[in-house]
Amino acid sequence: MQNKIDEIKKNAIKAIEEACGVDNLNEVKVSYLGKKGELSKLLKGMKNVAPEDRPKIGQMVNEARAMIDEQMSKKRAEIQKKIREEKMSREVIDVTLPGRKPLVGHRHPNQIALEDLERVFIGMGYEVVEGPEVEYDKYNFELLNIPANHPAKDEQDTFYITKDILLRTQTSPVQARIMETGKMPIRVLSPGRVFRSDEVDATHSPSFHQVEGLVVDKGITFADLKGTLQQWATEFFGPATKVKFRPHHFPFTEPSAEVDITCFKCGGKGCRMCKGSGWIEILGCGMVHPKVLSDCGIDPDVYSGFAFGIGLERVTLLKYEIDDMRLLYENDVRFLKQF
Amino acid sequence: MNTPISWIKAYVPDLDCSVQEYVDKMTLSGSHVENAVYLDKNLEKIVVGRVDKIEKHPDADKLIVCQVNIGDETTQIVTGAPNVTLGALVPVVLDGGRVAGGHDGSPNPENGIKIKKGKLRGVVSNGMMCSIEELGSSREMYSEAPEDGIYIFSEKSGVKPGDDAVEALGLRDAVVEFEITSNRVDCFSMVGMAREAAATFEKDFYPPIVKETGDDDDVNKYIAVEVLDTELCPRFTARVVKNIRIAESPEWMKRRLAAMGIRPINNIVDITNYVMEEFGQPMHAYDLDTIRGHKIVVKRAEDGDTFTTLDGQERQLDHDVLMINDAEGPVGIAGIMGGENSMVTDQMTTLLFEAANFDGTNIRLSSKRIGLRTDASGKFEKGLDPENALAAINRACQLVEELDAGDVVGGVVDVYPNPVEPVTLPFEPEKYNKLLGTEIAPETMLGYFDRLGIAYDKETNLLDIPSFRQDLRCSADMAEEAARFFGYDNIPTTLPHAEATAGKKSFAARVEEVLMNVAEQNGFCGGMTYSFESPKVFDKLLMDPEDPLRKAIVISNPLGEDYSIMRTVELNGILTSLAGNYNHRNKDVRLYEFGNVYLPKALPLTELPEERKRLALAMYGDCDFFTLKGVLEEMFIKLGLSERASFEPSKEKTFLHPGRQALVYVDGVYAGFIGQVHPEVCENYDMKCEAYVAALDLPVIVDKATFDRKYEGVARYPSVNRDLALVMDKGIFVGDVVKVMKEKGGKLLESVQLFDVYEGSQIAAGKKSVAFSLVFRSSERSLEAAEVNKLVDKILKELETMGVELRA
Repeated sequence: MQNKIDEIKKNAIKAIEEACGVDNLNEVKVSYLGKKGELSKLLKGMKNVAPEDRPKIGQMVNEARAMIDEQMSKKRAEIQKKIREEKMSREVIDVTLPGRKPLVGHRHPNQIALEDLERVFIGMGYEVVEGPEVEYDKYNFELLNIPANHPAKDEQDTFYITKDILLRTQTSPVQARIMETGKMPIRVLSPGRVFRSDEVDATHSPSFHQVEGLVVDKGITFADLKGTLQQWATEFFGPATKVKFRPHHFPFTEPSAEVDITCFKCGGKGCRMCKGSGWIEILGCGMVHPKVLSDCGIDPDVYSGFAFGIGLERVTLLKYEIDDMRLLYENDVRFLKQF
Repeated sequence: MNTPISWIKAYVPDLDCSVQEYVDKMTLSGSHVENAVYLDKNLEKIVVGRVDKIEKHPDADKLIVCQVNIGDETTQIVTGAPNVTLGALVPVVLDGGRVAGGHDGSPNPENGIKIKKGKLRGVVSNGMMCSIEELGSSREMYSEAPEDGIYIFSEKSGVKPGDDAVEALGLRDAVVEFEITSNRVDCFSMVGMAREAAATFEKDFYPPIVKETGDDDDVNKYIAVEVLDTELCPRFTARVVKNIRIAESPEWMKRRLAAMGIRPINNIVDITNYVMEEFGQPMHAYDLDTIRGHKIVVKRAEDGDTFTTLDGQERQLDHDVLMINDAEGPVGIAGIMGGENSMVTDQMTTLLFEAANFDGTNIRLSSKRIGLRTDASGKFEKGLDPENALAAINRACQLVEELDAGDVVGGVVDVYPNPVEPVTLPFEPEKYNKLLGTEIAPETMLGYFDRLGIAYDKETNLLDIPSFRQDLRCSADMAEEAARFFGYDNIPTTLPHAEATAGKKSFAARVEEVLMNVAEQNGFCGGMTYSFESPKVFDKLLMDPEDPLRKAIVISNPLGEDYSIMRTVELNGILTSLAGNYNHRNKDVRLYEFGNVYLPKALPLTELPEERKRLALAMYGDCDFFTLKGVLEEMFIKLGLSERASFEPSKEKTFLHPGRQALVYVDGVYAGFIGQVHPEVCENYDMKCEAYVAALDLPVIVDKATFDRKYEGVARYPSVNRDLALVMDKGIFVGDVVKVMKEKGGKLLESVQLFDVYEGSQIAAGKKSVAFSLVFRSSERSLEAAEVNKLVDKILKELETMGVELRA
């Protein structure tokens, strides 16, 4: 009996080892462990065994069954692993092929520049507000210390609708509208579309955007204006950016300044972009003219303020090194998808 | 304003700095430099030489061999110039030197032309004698230069061999171009700029001293002046010069004018030009013998008058144009241009000088209407200082005497009924410092002011503002003067340390941002188009002739008809951009734009129009109506509107396909539209493809949008699902069917999903089969099949009344 069991074990192990697939292995399982398998057959022959030997033989058969079962599982795992590996070896892909592009759109570069700009000033406590694009002469000129027949009105090449209503030439009228409300302190940023009758070319457009900033409170100084714009420039153009203030003239600010920043392309050494000067003119600003304050109902002896106006397209063109302003209004997706 | 540095130095002799330093410091004190032109650009190693010997070239008929004394030595130069004579003093560029250009007058090369010694037909030449063109100038400016040949110094010039020839020609100079702001009228003059330079560099300033001129004769015997409109002509001064002796101007005057780009003509013309540049006061010279009645009358023209100006053009006048007349008629347009009839000529014997002051605005507007802008009108329109007129006319007479151009008649006619009142301002250093955020010492400020000609009276604490500084009228103006010379650079940088404010964007901006993000997540690129467009747009969009949207705001002075009306419909810009992309064969293009439409309340405008911001979406390529609808639906989900928005079938929009358009409502309020672009509109925009557009009216969307959300729980009980295939007339809208399902399904109907629409041979003609998947669920318990069946029956019964039946 012992020998028979050993023989079955030996044959079973051989058969397991030689099995070449899951199906084959199942057949082996049936032929040894199944109801009609070798071990079952052996158990059926127990009646010929002396009763006192039966438990021992039974144990031996069970051990053989367990041993064969274990071998089976091992072999099964091996075969499955092999199958999986073979399958994977057939599944090799060329990972250098390009990825499938999701259909995703892009922000307009002008909008990206605007959001970048707004973020800095919102961080400094400014509220973003908008004003009308079709505006009264009163807000666009008169309240900004530009009376009738002032040459600045000609300089700005205004589009008129009627004698008193025009397309705003600047975002500054929002200043007057905000100040007129009389709510103090004022700290606002007003982006928007403005219009001037310039023919379209690479650097001009009859419609473009400005971003106007206005701060009015007690004790606001020109030094505050300098500090504010310096902070904006370093956050917007990079920490190495230097800012230069040059005296200038605007009817609605006094003192007034034009602001240059170090050319961000060459870092101030001089290049084609800054025409060799190392500086780029970026905005106009100044202390709100006392007459503008008082015309808007604010006492200039109590309050002072500063204002600045940034040409958004100019900043966009510079930032992305776009050489033709017309591209911004053509909306060719080959252009728009670059941002 | 162009200023040769040499001319500035005439009034600020101690000015001693490089051109670059001058440019930089002047810019920082407020005189912005646009450009600096070096007159000696590319002129290197050029000296005065004297031709001591001339021999024929052995092998060339047209060449001569010269021995030229260049100071310490004599050198041999071969030339082909026809005008070289023995003893002539000429500019010579030596071996290794450089000249500006060729002698043929073609444009000068950027780096000039390098001169090396060499052999001409076998004979050594150690340099080159120069023509005026080779020195970078022209015969226009150096009228004494020969038409063809070498420049030869006159004996008067006093040069000797070895001298710097560039210096001798007055070319060791730079002309600096300043951008003068409109408030600084005084800086449109050499004296004004010199005053700024002196103050900037803290050097002494020596303006020209105007001396008494004239003989015992009396100007009133020669001319009488009457000003009938003293508002348009606040001051008129006149002087007379007799025995005119026309001649060339001296070298120094010619050189200064040449450096400014003004061609020297003769002493009288040059003096008027010179004084205009020096004092910033335009002058006019008349031949007194042509002034009928020896009388000047300043008065307005009559409507319809015409006048021939000295350029021979006939000009149309009106009552707002101020004219200079003699006893019988007009002799000049005031401040703009003189007349042909009173023009000075070389033959005149007696000259009438005019230096007047005219209203700047009137000159500017007249010059615009007449279409004639001159150097004089350009200066007058800025609004000149009346005080300057007398100084200028006296300066001109002084120059006449100095140049011996005639005999100045004693006395001045000066019609100046309302002299300008002197202006004083209190000196308020604390106020200036408070505005600037500085601590500039009061004495330092007074020092700056003094250099600007602003005197201070300690007793009254008043500052005397000179008449030429019309821009100084309040303390902020004085603060700027202090800041300019203290240096904007030296002002500290601080941040406002006032009450803190909350930085924020409006709710509307947040809604826009969400819309932008959804559009971009679905492949739409942000675009930007003009707010004005052509009135033809309405026809292009097939809009009804009576459509109220055709009542658009018209710009009175547009760039052209194509930009003449303010848009009332948001589509033209984005469709034009879409077509541009189509034309460039870009595939699958999707664009969006935020922009205003301008809706007038009444025309012509009496109040501001309503500006409504719109979001426009447009697309072509791999998409259909439902692609775009899906995008709008996603937007509505993000804005909390999905349950409140509806799409109503419509035929109303003329620019959309009548069978493929819907109006969008939120809570029953019109909020936009969506549809396929009408094929004819596509053709009008030259697009041979299907295109889809949608627009949302932002004010409504913003008003309805909400970002409030409450967690509604995740379903815990199983659902009961029922699929229904329904047959109905083609004309029945699925939306109406769904409405019935929701109504009758009640709270337990969780969702209705359409999964198939079929029309074809399997069902009757004119019918369609539509399949839905209905999901029923309760959040409190498991549903029984029976109660769901009851609901489905209710739905089907109601649908039957619409003619919708279960598919057999």
